Amino acid sequence: MPQHASPSRRPSLLARLLFGAAMAGALLPAWAADLRIGLSSDVTSLDPHFVNIAPNIAFSDHVFDTLVKSDASGKLVPGLAESWRALSPTTWEFKLRQGVVFSDGTPLTAEDVVFSLDRPATIKNSPGPFTSYTKQIVRKEAIDAHTVHLHTASAYGPLPLDLISIYVVSKKAAENAGTEDFNSGKALIGTGPFKFAAFRKGESIEITRNERYWGAKPEWDKVVFRILASDAPRLSALLAGDVDVIENVPAADLARLKTNPQVTLAQHTTWRTLFWQLDQFRDQSPFVTGKDGKPLDKNPLKDLRVRQAISKAINRQALVERTLEGLAEPASNINAPGIFGYNAQIPVEAYDPEGAKKLLAEAGYPDGFSLTIHGTNNRYINDDQVVQTVAQFLNRIGIRTRVDTQPVATYFGKARAHEYSFALLGWGSLATDFTLRSIVGTIDPDTGWGSWNWGKYSNPKVDELVAGALAAVEPAERERLAREAASVALGDLAVIPSHHQLATWGLRKGFAYDGRIDEFTFAHEIRSAR
Amino acid sequence: MTLFLLRRLLQTAQVLFVMSLLVFVGVYAIGNPLDMLVDPQATAADTARVAAALGLDQPLWVQYWRFLGNALQGDLGTSFLHGTPALQLIVQRLPATLELAVSALLIAVLLGIPLGLWAGLRPDSFGGRTIMAGSILGFSLPTFWVGLMLIMVFSVHLGWLPSGGRGPTREFLGLEWSLLAPDGWRHLLLPALNLALFKLALMIRLTQSGTREALLQDYVRFARAKGLPPRRVVGVHVLKNIMIPVVTVAGLEFGTLIAFSVVTESIFAWPGIGKLLLDSIGQLDRPVVVAYLLLIVFIYTLISLVADLIYAALDPRVRLAGGQAA
Repeated sequence: MPQHASPSRRPSLLARLLFGAAMAGALLPAWAADLRIGLSSDVTSLDPHFVNIAPNIAFSDHVFDTLVKSDASGKLVPGLAESWRALSPTTWEFKLRQGVVFSDGTPLTAEDVVFSLDRPATIKNSPGPFTSYTKQIVRKEAIDAHTVHLHTASAYGPLPLDLISIYVVSKKAAENAGTEDFNSGKALIGTGPFKFAAFRKGESIEITRNERYWGAKPEWDKVVFRILASDAPRLSALLAGDVDVIENVPAADLARLKTNPQVTLAQHTTWRTLFWQLDQFRDQSPFVTGKDGKPLDKNPLKDLRVRQAISKAINRQALVERTLEGLAEPASNINAPGIFGYNAQIPVEAYDPEGAKKLLAEAGYPDGFSLTIHGTNNRYINDDQVVQTVAQFLNRIGIRTRVDTQPVATYFGKARAHEYSFALLGWGSLATDFTLRSIVGTIDPDTGWGSWNWGKYSNPKVDELVAGALAAVEPAERERLAREAASVALGDLAVIPSHHQLATWGLRKGFAYDGRIDEFTFAHEIRSAR
Repeated sequence: MTLFLLRRLLQTAQVLFVMSLLVFVGVYAIGNPLDMLVDPQATAADTARVAAALGLDQPLWVQYWRFLGNALQGDLGTSFLHGTPALQLIVQRLPATLELAVSALLIAVLLGIPLGLWAGLRPDSFGGRTIMAGSILGFSLPTFWVGLMLIMVFSVHLGWLPSGGRGPTREFLGLEWSLLAPDGWRHLLLPALNLALFKLALMIRLTQSGTREALLQDYVRFARAKGLPPRRVVGVHVLKNIMIPVVTVAGLEFGTLIAFSVVTESIFAWPGIGKLLLDSIGQLDRPVVVAYLLLIVFIYTLISLVADLIYAALDPRVRLAGGQAA
């Protein structure tokens, strides 16, 4: 990660202001209501249904709305739908907000909603389609201009949650429109707080306030997003005053930024929870051997006592304070606090190396064994160092641990092919039952269960509870089942939770942002603080 | 001449073919883009549908064969992530990189030759020594570090120049150029300087050693003995003779300026093709990576072809192979 030199002092600030005022008084008010944001990853397409990646979604949210939205803490709140309810376990009714118009003046109707729900399935050549969020819906009905009924094949509780990912486009503008028409702005007609102004691919995007927006209007007349993918230029743009807000402040520079009077920092716990996946299906795991290098006759990671020993060996408090420089919180769950289904009753495992050694001895490994642990080196905050720190902790209880970290592009493929014995993964989701289904659900390619279950953990009780939660259309019942499922899976140490990441935004003095659990940078939630 | 051109064309085609094969296999070996991009909730059937739509379900040789067939018709594939043709994506960004490379080359030549000449004429003076010492710094300081320092000094502390990005552009010949926009050149200055630094050092050293060598030649002594004014000796007799290697190297280095602008583009958030390549490798966007490298190879072979033709035109002793000379 690039290091960066000292904080800035701009001695000529006053001179610049005077100069600016002398230049053109008329320009000043416009300048005052402009916002410039440095983004850390490239927006590849402005088509909100083309590819399901975070930078594209973050942009879409400025121009488009969804039926259901999630607030800064991940709770579902009304969007274009002012209310929704399950009429039966397989039928949902969404009541649309009255008086909403698109930025071109045409009113929003149920037709636009149905069109937008149909559209993801019609998009060809998308490497990450949005169809995962629409495929549960087998039939869509526009009952009247402001009522939509959605039918699912079987009872499906998370439908409103799925709909936070489907942006509603104007049928009139987007019918027969391709990705190019969105990138040129022609089809980019939405109901969101901003409307499209200009797009320079890989460089910048400009949007202006949508005066027809139905909600609280944003403070900014014009917002410019600049793509500053590398850490150093993003940070220097903030220090030089070329942008007002940046996301993903590099961890190495935080301490120095804190002492800079021109800059304030905003932090928020995010949904991204990191945990270790352990090989629980092979009798001879490829990266586990005896200390003499010979294969063991059985796989120690299959033994609950060994997994407990490993969990106790990790000093999570030290990990988040030192290795992660305070940019994380110790985790006991597989989802972050505040996420639907988070189980607050599960305590963070206390650091107990003596207890860990005892458990190892009980399990028949008084002298430990040898293990290679894997992780990424360009995906999560200080991920390389996190893997090394955990290796140190494991060494202390007698497990001789080696480290292998890789770029995410090669890592995920191997991990998903179950090649590793002990591997790090970070996961962000707004619902625990979703996470459990993907991470610890019994693998079934036909249903998509366990698609990221690297260790092939399998427990019928967990599967049953998760299935029950997903089928519960009553939120309270769904949450109860999800919590119980989490408690069973984590009791088994199906995965070993490590920490919840924090996200950090850097803002020039005079700007304020509360941050979001989903890590997004939303111009409509940034305020001036003069 | 025709035979020579045909032979070169054939060579270029061979190089392009081998290159495409290497890159294709290389990027394939890194990983599968679907592992990173398909939604975690997707079922095997969903993933299979996406793989089929992108042609990723086929064995490698079938994918390559398809690619080759399309490439021969001028279609280098569609970017997975951008959904637009890879070649179009690159060509859109090429002006930014070309502009940066041309500016850097101009800085290197326009500053490097006079400085080198000065140092060559007065090798023992304070100025000459300073220039040569400075050129060693230009060689040895890493580009990324110099780039960061330039930003820290001129953007963050002094606030004179923007810290990155391309700034406003003007349209000319259907493409966008920042040199033509009033604020555009301010954005261009630092990255161009950063990219030029290494080439500048090269130009200085090349010119300096050429000058010192030329000064000892008989024709220079003769010119002096004849009583020609020093200006004419240096400006005509020395400079003209040292220009041949300088122009050759400058031409060849232009190719590397384009290909290796990656670091500078990344530090200054310059939206050129180098940055596109980095992003695409990270996201396993294979069509873009393949198209980029093929284009670079093509530019290289084109430059060296042009250089060969120019030599032949300049120096009658150089005969193009396949011509009439034995």
